[in-house]
Amino acid sequence: MSNSDRFSLSMRLFHWGMAALVVSMLAAGLLMITSLQPWQLTLLTAHKAFGVIAIILVMARLINRLRHRLPPLPGDLSAAQQWGAKASHWLLYGLLFAMPLSGYLMQYFAGRPIELFGWFRLPAALQVDIHNYALFRELHGWLAIALIGVIALHVGAALHHHFVRKDNVLKSML
Amino acid sequence: MKYLYFALLLAPAAGLTADVPPQVSAQQFVDLQQGNSSFAGFRRAHAKGLCVTGEFRANGNLADYSKASLFKAGTTPFTGRLSIAGNNPTAPDLKAPVRSLALSFALSRTEQWRLAMNTPPVMAVADPHTFYQQIQAIQAGPAAIKQFFAEHPESSEFSAWAGQYQPSGSFAAETYHSINAFYLVNAGGDQHAVRWAMQPTVSVAATDLKDDDALHQEISSRIAAKPVVFDWVFTLAEPTDDETNPTKAWPASRQQINAGQIVLTGTTAQLEGDCHAINFDPLVLPSGITATADPILRARSAAYAESYRRRAKEQLHGALEGSNNE
Ligand code: HEM
Ligand code: HEM
Repeated sequence: MSNSDRFSLSMRLFHWGMAALVVSMLAAGLLMITSLQPWQLTLLTAHKAFGVIAIILVMARLINRLRHRLPPLPGDLSAAQQWGAKASHWLLYGLLFAMPLSGYLMQYFAGRPIELFGWFRLPAALQVDIHNYALFRELHGWLAIALIGVIALHVGAALHHHFVRKDNVLKSML
Repeated sequence: MKYLYFALLLAPAAGLTADVPPQVSAQQFVDLQQGNSSFAGFRRAHAKGLCVTGEFRANGNLADYSKASLFKAGTTPFTGRLSIAGNNPTAPDLKAPVRSLALSFALSRTEQWRLAMNTPPVMAVADPHTFYQQIQAIQAGPAAIKQFFAEHPESSEFSAWAGQYQPSGSFAAETYHSINAFYLVNAGGDQHAVRWAMQPTVSVAATDLKDDDALHQEISSRIAAKPVVFDWVFTLAEPTDDETNPTKAWPASRQQINAGQIVLTGTTAQLEGDCHAINFDPLVLPSGITATADPILRARSAAYAESYRRRAKEQLHGALEGSNNE
């Protein structure tokens, strides 16, 4: 594989770092809302702090992406497939951004300041707004379902490229 | 499934249930609390209550123990809520076994503190899964709860308290306990385990009023006439005390510090005031106060969030149409 067939090192690091972070965030979120165990508070605190890190990372990642050339998609993909690949990637970015933003806004309107590893705290509303809390709480849940769906499609497509089409798409991210 | 739990609960072979209770989720817990009739838009526990406003007048005595800003000598306003335990927002006040006070201090945009306190000084059980069984027994009736207490020796201090507790004729004359312990952390990083109580400054004889809203009416007219005052008294644990077990009180000889006065100056019906929108999750803590490992305390955040989510969503869908909170 020549270098232009591969994502840049920084893009690969962002990709796999964020993949691990986001999958952990999804698992933590689903687990902590049901759990009455003593570690629930620890997981909740970590979820919020790492969620804030996720929003910083996704912004840095977008900037990094705009500064790099992407390897071209395989030439034999139909126009519809090319469009689908691009659209799903932008959808992923959108969800990666909306997910932590809705989480933060839910806590903001519930009047719950976010504590970041004991270093500092992010502000919350002084006056609780239950309507906006409800809106962003439900949004956070729906976005999570959408994100899980798009991630499943994304992984499915990558495996399809690798094992069925036997092209370079998965390798370009390794 | 319900019948299975029920059978287990009533099983004479107490060993079956006493050791490891079946683990329940936050959703199951809140389902049990709300029961068959849920009141859309209302809390799943402590559904009936009223909003109070007031201020904390700190004397500065606790400032060496916690860096939380409200303990420096001075006054800090709060939004609070007086309530009775139960899932029914129209329940008769005087039938409730437990009365409660919740407070929310919005100290700054980055520092908030929520407190939710009850009249008993201790819990009957030490973990949320056994608490779930206790609520099942309460719902099943007097025989079941009697058997539950007999099978759970850890409930002895609670039962002793319940046996001698005389409900007063006013929310103003009750003592409200943190029950769970927390750590105070000062500017130097020193940590102390504490519990606290809001101690009344008036006594009011039990009432013979029959009105469903007797306590609500009494406190509204009392506060309209004159502020109601509580002393906020902290008890400091010694190293031999277990801060993670909410069923055991610490010895009466422990050092106590009066941090100042909680002064209630106004009341509003809950759907008209600011308290309804608040989730009084006791794990919303400012710098200078942290949670202990008490399993009951640690279970509260997820359950309160589930109840809050349900009622907030119902309200978004118009459940409380017509009230000022809409
Ligand atoms: C990549 C970022 C994030 C992901 C993937 C994520 C994922 C999730 C998921 C899957 C849930 C369970 C939702 C449900 O089933 O309804 C959840 C809940 C939650 N998330 Fe996030 N989250 C993210 C960022 C954040 C951030 C930044 C915050 C706050 C600062 C946050 C706060 C919360 C809270 C408080 C809950 C629980 C709410 C409750 O108990 O009612 N999340 N999250
Ligand atoms: C595992 C133990 C507990 C569980 C699962 C639990 C559950 C709940 C739930 C679901 C609510 C309704 C929250 C809302 O919708 O805003 C609530 C309210 C409340 N709880 Fe608990 N609770 C527990 C222990 C305690 C203890 C130990 C105390 C007292 C020290 C307490 C005092 C209160 C009070 C005062 C309220 C009403 C707060 C208000 O006025 O909004 N709870 N509880």
